[in-house]
Amino acid sequence: MNIVVCMKQVPDTEVERSLNLSDNTVDRASVDGVINYLDEFAIEEGLKLKEANGGEVTILTMGPEKASDSIRKALSMGADKAVHVIDDALAGSDAVESSLALAEALKVVGFDLVVFGCESTDARTGLVPAMVAERLGVPQLTLAGKVEVSGDEVTIRRVTDDGVATVTGRLPAVVSVNEKINEPRYPTFKGIMAAKKKPVQTLTLSDLSVDAGQVGLENAASWVEDFAKRPPRQAGVVVKDEGDGGSKAAGFLAENKFI
Amino acid sequence: MSEVLVLAERDSSGELKKVTLELLTAARRLGSPSVVWLGPGSDAAQPRLAEYGAEKVYVADSADFAGYVTAPAAELLAHLVNEKSPAAVLVAGTNDSKEVAARLAVKISSGVLADVVDVAAGDDGKPVGTHANFGGSVTVHATVRKGTPILALRPGAVSAEPSAGAAEAEAVSFAASDEAKLAKVTERAPAEKGGRPDLTEAQIVVSGGRGTGSADGFHVIEDLADAMGAAVGASRAVVDAGWYPHQFQVGQTGKTVSPQLYVAVGISGAIQHRAGMQTSKTIVAVNKDAEAPIFEIADFGVVGDLFTVVPQLIDDINKRKG
Repeated sequence: MNIVVCMKQVPDTEVERSLNLSDNTVDRASVDGVINYLDEFAIEEGLKLKEANGGEVTILTMGPEKASDSIRKALSMGADKAVHVIDDALAGSDAVESSLALAEALKVVGFDLVVFGCESTDARTGLVPAMVAERLGVPQLTLAGKVEVSGDEVTIRRVTDDGVATVTGRLPAVVSVNEKINEPRYPTFKGIMAAKKKPVQTLTLSDLSVDAGQVGLENAASWVEDFAKRPPRQAGVVVKDEGDGGSKAAGFLAENKFI
Repeated sequence: MSEVLVLAERDSSGELKKVTLELLTAARRLGSPSVVWLGPGSDAAQPRLAEYGAEKVYVADSADFAGYVTAPAAELLAHLVNEKSPAAVLVAGTNDSKEVAARLAVKISSGVLADVVDVAAGDDGKPVGTHANFGGSVTVHATVRKGTPILALRPGAVSAEPSAGAAEAEAVSFAASDEAKLAKVTERAPAEKGGRPDLTEAQIVVSGGRGTGSADGFHVIEDLADAMGAAVGASRAVVDAGWYPHQFQVGQTGKTVSPQLYVAVGISGAIQHRAGMQTSKTIVAVNKDAEAPIFEIADFGVVGDLFTVVPQLIDDINKRKG
């Protein structure tokens, strides 16, 4: 089975993040880039599905040069090879544009099963997996807490706010996974050494059936008009419990008419 | 005034969710709200939709919406967008509806503003969405420049306000195409509702963290929530330890909530947790560590052992109730 895991490099969530003043895009330069947290589960799931069903795991990422660090990490976890879509024209693409570039790249790379993390920690839209499924005309098996492949049939447990559903579709298909589905492995020393020799193919827009006028900040349908850092919350009153902490909290809640 | 399509949001038992009324309130700022109702049950909801300003209700009573994942709903909405040329499409920022919005945007070559916390009409009358990005640390105003704007509104962010409308029903015939039937739902297990309000819709959320120590210890969080009529939330540490179910996780990789009051108990307030709750109107924290970062954003904090502070708080609440 040809498994392609879509991975995004995002700004580290451990530090303060913001947008660029010049063009209102996410500031990716001043913050360390890491593999999107949820994509680690997608990589792990891809590796597990390969172990169970055979085949190959390819990492597909779209992003600047800097994303190659994250590609190496994914390869050191055990993926077989990677494809890096890199083109200045893609900078600032919104979800709709990103899904176009990814879908076209997937057509070039070839796939039986595409695995996404269910959202990225930067934009947090969670839109791209469904968009890619729509563009490719394949089953959308998203928000999975469990994935099983049997022959050409894929069955997932779809976990949403409203409960759990069992959903099935036929390969080729698009899956997105949540962070409860597995326990991502750490790269081993052997894996890190092996990753250095694994092939990474780069593709530009000219390799895909995508025109520069269809992607990038200037052509995006969704547009950031302005942004402002939210003023930091002011710390309020902090009391030390001296046997009356609960009552003091109740007093505060009553003053503010919560109880 | 041009129409604004509002995708009705219901829970797993078919009941109207409060966010639908919030969507109607936001839609009235942009035009004349027309509800899009998928499947059965529109008659029972009609009075409430009218009360909150729906002028029309397009009813597509097809089993395909429940039978297949998101694609049939996107197909119907695309059909309505082409036929009615609405000023905007508003959906709830829930798992299912966001994915419907995603597919719709591709179909109609438009853009989606996902997870907006406010909606206003701009100078040109077009919608301006407000995002609270990076866990609410950056406020962003965004618009859609191409096609019909699609906005997914975070539940609980806009207060629902009544305003009478006609809510005139209009049946729409619909059968999903074969391409929309690729992901088939074979079984459903609705989320246990229990007696508590929904986490993302609640006015008050009481959340517990690592400080509760165990699944047993976590009961004190439920007790406090019940005394206050609140929803229960949990930090990632609690969910990872298996003390409380995943669907209650608040934070970067869980739910984002912005209730009137958020009570954080035994939660240190790591950046990932704050990302899910720091837009709450009022924050109260109880933690034994005076240096816990949660106190930097709390309006009221108690430094102390949660197992003595919280039971006393519950007693006081019950006394005040008389």
